[in-house]
Order: sequence, then structure tokens, then C-alpha cells
Amino acid sequence: MAGRKRTLESFSFELVMTVIAVIALVIIIAPSLVVLIVSFTSGFSLRFPPPGYSLRWYAELWNAWQLHFAAKNSLIVALWATGLSVVLGVAAALAIARSPTLSARLLDSLFMSPLVLPALAFGLAALMLFSLVGLPVSPLTLVIGHTVVCVPYVVRNTVAALAQLEPTLLESSAVLGASRLYTFRRIVLPLIRPGIIAGAFIAFMSSFDNVPVSLFLRDAATDMLPIRMWQDLEGKLDVTIAALSGVLIIATVALVAVMERVTGLSRRLTN
Amino acid sequence: MGAAPASRDVTSYGMGLAVPLALFFLVFFVAPLLQLLWLSLHNDTAGLHWGLGQYLHFLTDPFSLSVLGSTLLLGAEVTAVCLVLGFPIAWLYQRVGPKLQTVIILIVLLPLLTSVVVRTFAWIVILGRQGIINATLQSLGMIDTPLKLLYTQFGVVIALAQVQMPLMTLPLITALGRIDPNLDDASCSLGAGSWRTFFRVVLPLSLPGIIAGCTLTYAAAITAFITQSLIGGGQMLFMPMYLYQQASTLQNWPFASAISIIFLLAVLAVVSVFTTLGRLSRGYGGA
Repeated sequence: MAGRKRTLESFSFELVMTVIAVIALVIIIAPSLVVLIVSFTSGFSLRFPPPGYSLRWYAELWNAWQLHFAAKNSLIVALWATGLSVVLGVAAALAIARSPTLSARLLDSLFMSPLVLPALAFGLAALMLFSLVGLPVSPLTLVIGHTVVCVPYVVRNTVAALAQLEPTLLESSAVLGASRLYTFRRIVLPLIRPGIIAGAFIAFMSSFDNVPVSLFLRDAATDMLPIRMWQDLEGKLDVTIAALSGVLIIATVALVAVMERVTGLSRRLTN
Repeated sequence: MGAAPASRDVTSYGMGLAVPLALFFLVFFVAPLLQLLWLSLHNDTAGLHWGLGQYLHFLTDPFSLSVLGSTLLLGAEVTAVCLVLGFPIAWLYQRVGPKLQTVIILIVLLPLLTSVVVRTFAWIVILGRQGIINATLQSLGMIDTPLKLLYTQFGVVIALAQVQMPLMTLPLITALGRIDPNLDDASCSLGAGSWRTFFRVVLPLSLPGIIAGCTLTYAAAITAFITQSLIGGGQMLFMPMYLYQQASTLQNWPFASAISIIFLLAVLAVVSVFTTLGRLSRGYGGA
């Protein structure tokens, strides 16, 4: 009797948890699927389900030069910001990762703080600084601003990779007569490379998608893709944006699949 | 961090390597924020007259205070929804095989890496007058006229919850993975049911993860400019848009600076409350 009650009780618990989990997973994935489906509509509205299917909005996208221009700018800025983040971030991670000193802990907090502070406030602050020193907004100011908000991802992932390194490996390398540089090149770097790549990937994606910093540090000549899309959506609901969203969703899925292979991205983010 | 002091000479690289990034942050992160603080303490746009006028203006203006209040409330609502929906995902993750685990992680991860504008746009399609929800309800004959879902608090909360869900779920998965499964069995064999075990054992032990997830979700939700402005529309004003309007449209930089500082302090206050709770919970959890 008690046994049956127990089973019923544990069944009710598992049922409730599983049902909520499945609903939550559907809520997470559904919006992307909806946009993908709507992007193939043959109609002029975002009605769901679409009245018919066609590739007309993707064709329309082909001629949307404003979006091409903004996409090119976003790509260039994201590549530079990622490069700068990797150079500065990996060096800093090497310095602070295994150091127990207070200054290392403080630097770690400083380098992580852009993740928590409202980026919009930083965007405004950076604009004020640049205008104070007489530097007009340009791709350069965008790269600097993006680097500040993207470098934490590189630092965090590199520090995590370094923390998992076996110290004995480096010691044996030293005992066997390898120089520090040689050990770094042949042992440390290959072992932490997936961590660096994962950090660089997340930095790239967050730069490409950045709005709050770009909002203040760009002008018409340096239009950025997420802001162009936002302004288009504020004005009118354009189906071309659905096609562009479709392209971005598919590109993201493809990149994540590659990164999962190369770096084991999913394990990295849950450890 | 497994720091090994005995082998430091081989495994660490000296603080010199952190200097370039530290200088970069000093010039392009700390200095701008200090300048923001400096300008917020001036009563005029040129920055000639010191004073607390901007802060007094904000703190005595019912409109500004209501914007701050609704922003903080929005964050709390989004965080609560994310916790209620995100926890079962993390729970399910621990009970399925490795194949399904990867599927779950990728489902959770994808939105995090998909453009925020795209994700928000998706919710416009879903919540709009001709969107899925209204179309379904109408075809089922449950409503005659489309419901207003877009430009409502409900719409903003649900869209933001979906956008920020990964930030809640990932730390929860980590935290639940660290709980010794034997504790679960022990609790059950001692006669506690599944519900009781969950609320008395699993939930308290996962508090560090809950707090980490809540901190990230809250901070992200209240600063989510794009989702707030597109789903909320012109009727609902939150701190990021208020800041942007003052800075960009009205060119009132000192007041925009004061809004930024107040917003920064509000975020820091929330984060430090969560951090303190986290420290206390670690003592409680005994992990």
C-alpha cells in the first residue's frame, strides 16, 4: 500500500518536471523555427502559417544593399574586435590564471566586469571619452568599444582551459630540458587551444550581435547590421528581415555545429 | 582554480602579460566610466557647475522613478519565469543519456548565440495581431477579435524570458551535476517522497547555481534594450531606452550620465545582494 503511494507520488513529481522541461525547451526553440518558416512565405505579411511558400524574400535580400553594407561593417568590426580580444585576453589569462595573488584576483574581476555592467552606460561613456579627445566615431572606435565588452569571454574560457592543465606536464617538460617558450609552444598552447577558440567564437558572435555599444559609437557611414535590422523593424514589419533572420539562424546553427566538433563547446559552458 | 604554489615557477607566466589588457581597460573602460561619473555631478551641459542637480532631478521626478521601478520589476518577473522553466530543464538534463544531453545543451545554447534582434523579431511574429497565438485561438473559435499581446508587459516578460533562458539554465545544469546522486537515494530510502526530497535536498543544494543564474538573468533582462523597445513599443519605457533618449535624442548628457550611474548602482546593488546570498548558501549547502 505504502509502496504504491510512493510510486504514484514519485510519478507525479517526474511527470510535472518533465512536462515543464519539455514546454520550456519548446518555448526556447519555437521562435527560431517560426521565423524560418515565415521567411519562406509567398505573401506580403508575417502571417503564420504563411499562405504559400516561395524564395521571393531571399531574392529580395539579394538586392538589399543597405543590409549588405551594414553586414560588411559588422563583420569587419567583429573580426578586428575578436583578434584584439584574443591577443590581449590570452596574454592576460596566462598571467592571472594560476596566480593566487590578490592583484590577479582583482584584475580577473576587472576584466569580467563588462559582462555585468549595463553595456549601454558604457557605450555612452565611451562616446563621451572619444568626443573629449576629439576622436570621431569610426570603425576604430567601434573596434575598441566592442573589444572591451568581448574580451571577458576570451579571458574566461582561456583561464578555464589553463586551470585544467596538469602542472606535472609542464614540470616534466622543464625537467627534460625544454625551455619555457618551447614548453609553451609545444605543450601549453596545443592543450588550451580549444578553450581559446571557444572564447574567440563567443566573442565574435557577441560583437557581431552587439547593439548597446554600437548604438553610440557608429554613424551612418559605419552602419551596423543589428542596428539596421532594429531600425527597419521599428519602422515597418518587413518580410526581408525575416529572410535575413533565416540566413542568420542557419549560419549560427552551422557555426555552433562546427564549434561543437572543434572545441566541445557544450561541455565548456556547463563546467 | 587549482593553483599550485610549489610549481609556480614553471606553470605561471608572470603578471607582466596582463599589463596590455590592464592598460587597455584603464584607458577605454575605467576612464570613460569615471568621466561619466564626473559629468553626472554637474548641473549644466558644459560641465562647469558642480552639483547634485541631475540626481535630485531624477530622484524627485515621479516619472523617472516609475521608469526605474518598472525596470527593476521587469527584471524580477523575467528572472522568476526563467527559474521556474529553466530548473526542470536542468533536472531533465541529469536524467537522460549522453546523446539527449547534447541535444538539450544545444537547444539551450542556440538562442544564446543567435542574434538578439532575430530572437526578438520571432516574438513579434508570434505575438502579433496575425501571429500564431491569435491565429490559433481564432481558428479554435475561442476569441473573436485578436488579443493584444504585443506592446504589453506580458509580451515583454515572455519574450525576455525566452531570450535570457540560457543564462539561467547553464549554471543550473552545472550546479545539479555537482550534487551527489546518493543524497537523492538516501533521502528517498529514509522515507521522504520525491517532492519532499526535491524541496528539502535538491533545491537547497543547488542554491549556488540558482543564484548564479538569477544574477546573470536579472542583469541581462533589465539591460535588454532591443527586446524591451521592440516588444514593449513606445508605450512602455524602461531604463535603457530612457537613457538612450536623453543622451541621443535630447543630447542631455549630464542627465543621461546620472541615469547611467543610477542604473549602474541599481545593477551593482542587485548583483551584490545575490552574491551575498550565494556566499550564505554555500555555507548552508556545505558543498
